[in-house]
Amino acid sequence: VSHSLFKSSVDVSGLAETELIFPVAALIVLCFFYFSLFLMDALLCFYHRNEDLKQMLESSKDSAKLDAMKRIVGMIAKGKNASELFPAVVKNVASKNIEIKKLVYVYLMRYAEEQQDLALLSISTFQRALKDPNQLIRASALRVLSSIRVPIIVPIMMLAIKEASSDLSPYVRKNAAHAIQKLYSLDPEQKEMLIEVIEKLLKDRSTLVAGSVVMAFEEVCPDRIDLIHKNYRKLCNLLVDVEEWGQVVIIHMLTRYARTQFVSPWKDDEVVEEYSENNFYESDEEQKEKDRKVKNIYTMDPDHRLLLRNTKPLLQSRNAAVVMAVAQLYWHLAPKSEASIVSKSLVRLLHSNREVQYIVLQNIATMSIQRKGMFEPYLKSFYVRSTDPTMIKTLKLEILTNLANEANISTLLREFQTYVKSQDKQFAAATIQAIGRCATNITEVTDTCLNGLVCLLSNRDEIVVAESVVVIKKLLQTQPAHHGEIIKHMAKLLDNITVPVARASILWLIGEYCERVPKIAPDVLRKTAKSFTTEDDLVKLQILNLGAKLYLTNSKQTKLLTQYVLNLGKYDQSYDIRDRTRFIRQLIVPNEKSGALSKYAKKIFLAQKPAPLLESPFKDRDHFQLGTLSHTLNSRATGYLELSNWPEVAPDPSVRNVDVAESTKEWTGILGMTKKEKPTEKFYSESEEEEDESTNTSSSSRCLESNLHLHCLENCIFRTKTHELLHRMSGKGLAAHYHFSRQPGIFGDHMVSVQVTVTNTTDQKIENIHIKEKKLPPGMRVHEFNPIECLEPAESITVSMGIDFCDSTQMASFQLCTKDDHFNVNIQPPVGELLLPVTMSEKDFKKEQGMLTGMNETSATIAVAPQNSTRLVIIERVVKAANLGVVPSGQDNIHRFAAKTVHSGSLMLVTVELKESSTAQLVINTEKTVIGSVLLRELKPVLSQG
Amino acid sequence: MIHSLFLINCSGDIFLEKHWKSVVSQSVCDYFFEAQEKAIDVENVPPVISTPHHYLISIYRDKIFFVSVIQTEVPPLFVIEFLHRVADTFQDYFGECSETAIKDNVVIVYELLEEMLDNGFPLATESNILKELIKPPTILRSVVNSITGSSNVGDTLPTGQLSNIPWRRAGVKYTNNEAYFDVVEEIDAIIDKSGSTVFAEIQGVIDSCIKLSGMPDLSLSFMNPRLLDDVSFHPCIRFKRWESERVLSFIPPDGNFRLISYRVSSQNLVAIPVYVKHMISFKENSSSGRFDVTIGPKQNMGKTVEGVVMTVHMPKAVLNMNLTATQGSYTFDPVTKVLTWDVGKITPQKLPNLKGIVNLQSGAPKPEENPSLNIQFKIQQLAISGLKVNRLDMYGEKYKPFKGVKYITKAGKFQVRT
Repeated sequence: VSHSLFKSSVDVSGLAETELIFPVAALIVLCFFYFSLFLMDALLCFYHRNEDLKQMLESSKDSAKLDAMKRIVGMIAKGKNASELFPAVVKNVASKNIEIKKLVYVYLMRYAEEQQDLALLSISTFQRALKDPNQLIRASALRVLSSIRVPIIVPIMMLAIKEASSDLSPYVRKNAAHAIQKLYSLDPEQKEMLIEVIEKLLKDRSTLVAGSVVMAFEEVCPDRIDLIHKNYRKLCNLLVDVEEWGQVVIIHMLTRYARTQFVSPWKDDEVVEEYSENNFYESDEEQKEKDRKVKNIYTMDPDHRLLLRNTKPLLQSRNAAVVMAVAQLYWHLAPKSEASIVSKSLVRLLHSNREVQYIVLQNIATMSIQRKGMFEPYLKSFYVRSTDPTMIKTLKLEILTNLANEANISTLLREFQTYVKSQDKQFAAATIQAIGRCATNITEVTDTCLNGLVCLLSNRDEIVVAESVVVIKKLLQTQPAHHGEIIKHMAKLLDNITVPVARASILWLIGEYCERVPKIAPDVLRKTAKSFTTEDDLVKLQILNLGAKLYLTNSKQTKLLTQYVLNLGKYDQSYDIRDRTRFIRQLIVPNEKSGALSKYAKKIFLAQKPAPLLESPFKDRDHFQLGTLSHTLNSRATGYLELSNWPEVAPDPSVRNVDVAESTKEWTGILGMTKKEKPTEKFYSESEEEEDESTNTSSSSRCLESNLHLHCLENCIFRTKTHELLHRMSGKGLAAHYHFSRQPGIFGDHMVSVQVTVTNTTDQKIENIHIKEKKLPPGMRVHEFNPIECLEPAESITVSMGIDFCDSTQMASFQLCTKDDHFNVNIQPPVGELLLPVTMSEKDFKKEQGMLTGMNETSATIAVAPQNSTRLVIIERVVKAANLGVVPSGQDNIHRFAAKTVHSGSLMLVTVELKESSTAQLVINTEKTVIGSVLLRELKPVLSQG
Repeated sequence: MIHSLFLINCSGDIFLEKHWKSVVSQSVCDYFFEAQEKAIDVENVPPVISTPHHYLISIYRDKIFFVSVIQTEVPPLFVIEFLHRVADTFQDYFGECSETAIKDNVVIVYELLEEMLDNGFPLATESNILKELIKPPTILRSVVNSITGSSNVGDTLPTGQLSNIPWRRAGVKYTNNEAYFDVVEEIDAIIDKSGSTVFAEIQGVIDSCIKLSGMPDLSLSFMNPRLLDDVSFHPCIRFKRWESERVLSFIPPDGNFRLISYRVSSQNLVAIPVYVKHMISFKENSSSGRFDVTIGPKQNMGKTVEGVVMTVHMPKAVLNMNLTATQGSYTFDPVTKVLTWDVGKITPQKLPNLKGIVNLQSGAPKPEENPSLNIQFKIQQLAISGLKVNRLDMYGEKYKPFKGVKYITKAGKFQVRT
């Protein structure tokens, strides 16, 4: 089509010239047409591709879904946008296939933030998984749930974290610690609540949790040092067995902690050393007195010692970060004599890859400035190889320079000679600076170095020469001695050197010491005046300076020259030079306008100038904690935590004392067993404890109590039936309803919690609603709700109360009173509410069941309505009727539930076994046979009714 | 801690990104590219870069930059060490840590990264645990997977993470129970012009390959443990036992791992197994020079020195080299100016020699310095420090394992200045 169209347009163009425009326009239109077609095509193609991904995701085959998910993850990995697939993907969150599930999680974490509403669809899946009997599933559910950054679910996350923080499995608790940080970054307002959780987890004795919770502590509330006190010794003792990443975090935190709690182990011993050296002839008596005083001042806190002792073995870690962490701890906390044990390990790290070398060398550089002795024995380990990257070479050079002293300088200088010849010119230049520093620091070798540097002036490489000039300039400044020869030599070089800094340096030198080279100086000025216009700004300024200085000292010869230069400067392009010219002219050439200053011109220009200090760039880095990012960058990084100075007086050390009885009680409370005392010599010190905790399945009965927590959430979702407490007719307008909230332990271990909703149906306020005149059977107790001061008309309020029914179904009677009336009411619990669910494995269930046979077993055969025979319906109905926990079952036709009674904690095991022809065997095993039979009776209709 | 990770190849393409917290735009990498441009070569790209809102910490491994994005203060070594662990894991899983391997296995890579970090904090980095969570790809498995539609993700959840020995997976079973130890020592040395040793030290490692069923508890003892000056341990080793008895006692991970790495104290004189005679000179004012190098064995305790390779970074002015080698072959790359001479085995009767003419750029000044020679070599069945394994005992299991120890000495950073 296009061809013919084009042809026709050409024909047309042949007819009239004015219409030549037409074919061009047609072509453009055509191009557009095709281009848009192409675009459409591309779009369609894209659309199609995603469409086919959607289809795959909706297919019934797992393999298709998996393929689709893999392709989507591939898109995410490349940074392509795959957000429009969200609805299709999120449907698969409950997939049975574990790999699909994992990939969906990956997708969710990436896109949930962008698609908040849709992401909510997935939440219930995680909530369910949070109560899975398998600890790993609970943990991963918590992980994903907390990684979805959707603000609406903050309360759900908070609840889940709280639950998980008291989970029996340390692995789940570890994940809870991670989730704390995630929630904090999502909603910082939760801080207070999170700190409570952190406080609780800090008490945890598992090595698995320690690192993660300290990380959370550092992120959320690093200033709450008081939370650490009680856990300090435990953290020190656990440290060796914590995983390596946790070790790093804990060590950094403990370093900060120690700096606030212990007194300095340094200041005094140094004073003493100096003292005894300087005052050799002082009377012995006085000396002793001083010594005694010092001894009185410092004894190391045993806790301080504990930290140092327990971190030392970690110097042997294979992880460079751990070694560095210990090294910085020793640097910041140990007495100076002990700090040197870390050098060997740090030097070992230099055998590692270049990035590790880079960081370690930086830290060694800082250390070696302050305490040379630490690294002197390892001098040769810092020798440079020609194959090292430049950044490593310069760092090594830095350290070598720091370590230089009278004893080793000759060896070092010989080594430096090799470096100066290096093909890496940047490094050669750095070496020259290093030589300069050595020369200023060690007076014995100043002359040698200077001579060596002068030799380098005849080097063929300009960078080397330039650098030498600059360093020599600095050296000459520090050496007020007569170095006329060297200056003359340098003046000669001026013809050849083109590097501006070097030229400027030479000119400055000649100007400064012009009186020492009276013949050469004017000549140099003459030469440079000629080349003034072509010089670099830096050099121009120095020519002006030179002119000014010569004008002042030798005006006879140089007056005209200087004026010539000043004239050139006056019309220079650069502001700086024009300014400087004006300034100099006013100062040195007296006229009527120039004030009193010009009298002092000589003093101003030729004043004695302080010599520049040749210092290490690492000199001031030690105010940053070593091993930190801030130290590496030499600037405060975001979130850097300052290391405080040692306190003058140590804060009360007793805050770290842990009451042994208290701590064990706490733990028996959770585990329901007494802990074996941990043998201190053992390497895997956690082993016993860990086994106890992780293999809870085998010891379920002991651990029941804490398992209870797992089921809270589930029960909140199943809202139980509401019963009437007081009808509005009989209550004169005050109505009350109650239901069992199935929350354990709000009012104490033995209480069943009941939520009472009171409604005011009158048109007046009802005041002071409270409970009175309890008529209770023996043993039964009631925890009243707080009196309601005032209830507005048509308003209702829900309050909680706790009742200990003593595992019986007897009713609790009491009076519901208002300001001027009272009504008799009573609560009779269904037997299903006297229970608390328990999580256990099928194996444990069978074991426990085996122990509760004979008279402890009641059973009945019941008819099951056909619509009730699926697993889900059965579970839903049974759990609704009684507060039971679901036990995973390997067989499709057997359903097991477990609970314990609220008051006595006796086990209640319920089994529903579906038989043929819509019947089922219902078995209940329990010590509490009365309750068992009542429960049996109550459960019967639940399954048989339609 | 670690916010995001970008993998960048040498030509500057970001070929993989992973975020553990909110998404950080790829544009953050521009700061990295800027630094990369400034650096002379890849080796000189600074590992820590500060940008207005983030910090970039990177490592360079196998022609890939692993660039991590950090937002707040963190020990840089922590991140660097972790990134290397990631690269090690890729190496372990795919046999190589290359761009193609990562691209081909992008899903596994993603799954691994997901397991290794949670909210930027390391979660599972032990290869034994990871391999239980995510099975490494093999050809057989990928064929099976494509037919049956099953997956690489382990369907049983690992228990190792929960146990007190997290590095060992449970339920290990082998028909042949074997334990192999490779004692590998590297000599780092700088030899000066005259042939005397400026600096030398021995860095050693013991790499193990342990395929033992059940939960074996091993102890390895040395004839001369005092030689080991500074040691770093795999977490499985009981430190107390080493402190008191100088015995390595441990429950090993399954498979390959590094048991210890050590340094032999610098007080001991290090025997240098080879010597180099060299004559390299550039004539003033002429565009040529002479090159003559001979390598010979020194104290090698009766063992042959083999796998000898010499590499020299020649000065920039060198145009070409016309050499003859009495043994092996040489190559000279005129672009990078690297001379490589693959010598092979040294026989003391006939010493290998490389001799000839160096052509320089005409008019260029004579090079300041002679290039230094980097030597590689290998000596089988010898630990140059003299370290010897005494015995290996196994407790906790009944069977009799097959045990083997191999010694090898290599050149590390072995440099001869000329």
